[in-house]
Amino acid sequence: MRPRDGRGLRLVVLAVLVLGLLGPIAAGLGQTGRAAFGVMPVLGAVDPGLGPWRELSAIPGLWTSMKLTLWTGLAATLLSLMLAVGFCAVAHERMSNSAAARWLTPFLAAPHAAMAIGLAFVLAPSGWIARLLAPLMGWGNPPDLTIVNDPWGIALILGLMVKEVPFLLLVMLSALTQIPLRQNMAAGRMLGYGRGLVWMKIIAPQVWPLIRLPVMVVLAYALSTVDMGLILGPSNPPVLAVLLTRLFSDPEIARILPASAGALMQGLLVAAAFALLWLGERTMRRLGLWWVRGGGRGSSAEPLLRAATALVMALFAIGTLAMLSLVVWSLAWRWPWPAPVPQSWSLKAWGSPGAGWAHALGNTLLLAGATTAISLTLAIAWLEGEDRARRGRAAWAEALIYLPLLVPQIAFLYGLNILFLRLGISGGHIAVIWAQALFVFPYVMITLSDPWRALDPRLTRAAASLGAGPWRRLFAVKLPVLAMPILTAAAIGIAVSVAQYLPTLFMGAGRVATLTTEAVTLSSGSDRRVTGVYASLQAGLPLAAYAAAFLIPALLHRKRAAMKGASA
Amino acid sequence: MPPSLTAALVAALFATPVLADTWQDTLDAARGQTVYWNAWGGDERTNAFIAWVGEQTSARRGVSVRQVKLTDTAEAVTRVISEKAAGQDQGGSVDMIWINGPNFLAMKEQGLLHGPFVADLPNAQYLDLSPTSANSVDFTTPVDGMESPWRLAKFVFNYDSARIDAPPASMAAFVDWAAAHPGRFTHPDPSNFMGGTFLKQALIELTPDASVLQQPATDANYDAATAPLWEWYDALRPNLWRKGAAFPENQSIQQQLMNDGEIDMAMSFDPASTAGAIAEGLLPETARVFVPEGGTIGNVSFVAIPYNAANREGAMVVANFLLDPETQAHMQNIEVLGSYAVLDPAKLNDDARAVFDALPTAPALPDLASLGPTLLEPHASWMDRLTADWAKRYTR
Repeated sequence: MRPRDGRGLRLVVLAVLVLGLLGPIAAGLGQTGRAAFGVMPVLGAVDPGLGPWRELSAIPGLWTSMKLTLWTGLAATLLSLMLAVGFCAVAHERMSNSAAARWLTPFLAAPHAAMAIGLAFVLAPSGWIARLLAPLMGWGNPPDLTIVNDPWGIALILGLMVKEVPFLLLVMLSALTQIPLRQNMAAGRMLGYGRGLVWMKIIAPQVWPLIRLPVMVVLAYALSTVDMGLILGPSNPPVLAVLLTRLFSDPEIARILPASAGALMQGLLVAAAFALLWLGERTMRRLGLWWVRGGGRGSSAEPLLRAATALVMALFAIGTLAMLSLVVWSLAWRWPWPAPVPQSWSLKAWGSPGAGWAHALGNTLLLAGATTAISLTLAIAWLEGEDRARRGRAAWAEALIYLPLLVPQIAFLYGLNILFLRLGISGGHIAVIWAQALFVFPYVMITLSDPWRALDPRLTRAAASLGAGPWRRLFAVKLPVLAMPILTAAAIGIAVSVAQYLPTLFMGAGRVATLTTEAVTLSSGSDRRVTGVYASLQAGLPLAAYAAAFLIPALLHRKRAAMKGASA
Repeated sequence: MPPSLTAALVAALFATPVLADTWQDTLDAARGQTVYWNAWGGDERTNAFIAWVGEQTSARRGVSVRQVKLTDTAEAVTRVISEKAAGQDQGGSVDMIWINGPNFLAMKEQGLLHGPFVADLPNAQYLDLSPTSANSVDFTTPVDGMESPWRLAKFVFNYDSARIDAPPASMAAFVDWAAAHPGRFTHPDPSNFMGGTFLKQALIELTPDASVLQQPATDANYDAATAPLWEWYDALRPNLWRKGAAFPENQSIQQQLMNDGEIDMAMSFDPASTAGAIAEGLLPETARVFVPEGGTIGNVSFVAIPYNAANREGAMVVANFLLDPETQAHMQNIEVLGSYAVLDPAKLNDDARAVFDALPTAPALPDLASLGPTLLEPHASWMDRLTADWAKRYTR
């Protein structure tokens, strides 16, 4: 095989990525940037200037809002990272990666919005936990405490952590397979270091470069979440992304201009947070080196690890309660304070699929199927292109994959919508599929890359020596052998697509109703029972996809022990 | 042919109401269309009513309705704006919007609405469209036939009679009540129209001269008119739920808080919503409606059609169907939606009136007499200033 092999394939993939992924983001940012400096001809705004920025800075509470955004985003990310490291140190020895993956799956599958809706009920002063405590504490009325929507954003931080800790754990567990963990641990212990210190001094510095990008993804998400911020975040003022989403839909049309300026500001905030992360990394490298060289062997880290593990378990417990509360609410009729379980039950909320959820479910399935199919095809084409060129991935290519996850959605989606309107595809399924695929593709690509590279090269070599051409090797050898990771990537694609809120809302002109858009809308209504139906379905769908990803290979390859799924 | 006969024929041609002809054209054009009705989706009963409307118009006129559920009506306005921004002057995605007040004002001023069309609707004959009617003035903005009424809204409070005996008798009395029951009352965030309406309701009672509110708010008249309001609010706020630092996003969340027992009173723009919520299991059986002594603000909910609506004719057919006496009676039925009809009883025939009289009642459903007088909405500029001022004063 010469490096020129598969050049056509690589060119096609590159063209699709540049036109389909890079193009929209750049164009969307461009439109947002124009509007941010006062150029939006349809509104009669043609003279560039700083007006929108002045208007933005005059919004009451803007500075609080920005401070809150930075605080909640950084706190949620750092705490999640610390807890995940601590938990990993304790748990990785006791649990195989596939067992851990199965364990974490429900938390990864539950969309942020569904989790937030459940958490809002579990944590509220009149919520599930308070109802369980009420008889013990003698509460006649719910305590007048601000827990959910608190001005410090604690509930939002907690909500983000419930979702991000499992994600970071999964990323970390997969990174650990790439370093000589056992040997390092043995060597460290032999030199008299405690387990916790080996983790901090030896393992963590090796793992960090492998998880830096995923941590940045978490950070960018935490800084710019709309659905979680809306449901759990502070209300007066809210976090920046929520404030901007409201500005974009203000009846005063000209507010789009300051909203665009704010969208750029959101981008700057994320950039600033990345810079902080980079500075932190530099500092840690300095300090860490000095600390490692000091050679201190105190084993004081052990209680910290245990505390982290306990906190992670508590997070899991709260998350489980949240998901459970959605299902219980969807089956309830009257569930007033302070009843710990519903007073009366009813299937009424599930009973009329025609009136709503069947349509939303259909749309959700269609979008998830289409975006996942497109993303998988593209990812496989890319990886196959790399195989044929027999070269690794350039840094710019890696950055390209991560780009949509690092730029805040709100910074380019509104601008992109204007572009889609010009193309005449806004408000339709195609626009939504396109916009969602921007976020589905990176996750599919990231998930599939490692197992693809880990494929035993002897298999394809044997096929080649038997005379199979590149396409036959792909379809007859690689894809069947990689069925399990491909299905896992598909399940993740489906989960990501189901969870998309802002792209579906903006690009679908609100006409493409999905489980997520309906659940978020309903969460601003008074009927938790109906919300429970949508949120349960919303969380159930990705879970079913993950279950299928586990079961299908097991059935398909039931006579081939090594391919039943335990290998992935 | 004698000229007089020709003239008579021509006259006859035009006398067969032009309206009927064009309406038939509208009906023909509408057949087969799907109307995307953008409506706030936070209330399941309204959603179910809209679904029912769609079934009816589909069966009768071949026009189906799909509700685009909004969190906030402004979303639909933005959508039309971005379509205009992109030069999409036809085939727009929004066919009909449930609208009133500031959103209507914004769309009307920006030329984003189709019309006037209300006079073309055959069922407009049942409406009181005189210049001072609530159907003709929307938050002091002349409607000019650019939006068609469909349901009546009147601001009311509700409370759980099992928890409190006597709700406050006036807006001023809320201060004492809250001081006696700290943390048990709140209002939606004033950026939401229900929260804004709460401030306006207080303003009308507390301001020295309420007639000023019918004129646009200016730098000259604003401070004097609102000073008593802010004095009242500063006294009220520390005793609100969460010490006045957090507010429910809208009235639905507030109703949920009342159902959860976090607060004792809530508010609504629909006098029948309490009875409706009880029937739906969303409020305790003991919830009741009350209004302050001086009466409360009332207004009409409208539907409007964007200038670029793809299914304009279908939207007109739906708007007309909403005004059908049969539809309005169905809507006023507490078992369906319980919203008060917008029709003028004097213009209905005996059969239609009998249908309204036969509607069922419920313990939490107030009769019209107990709702007190209906106060006029202040000019829309007051709401804008009030909410902006509130944000400036209380957002930290």
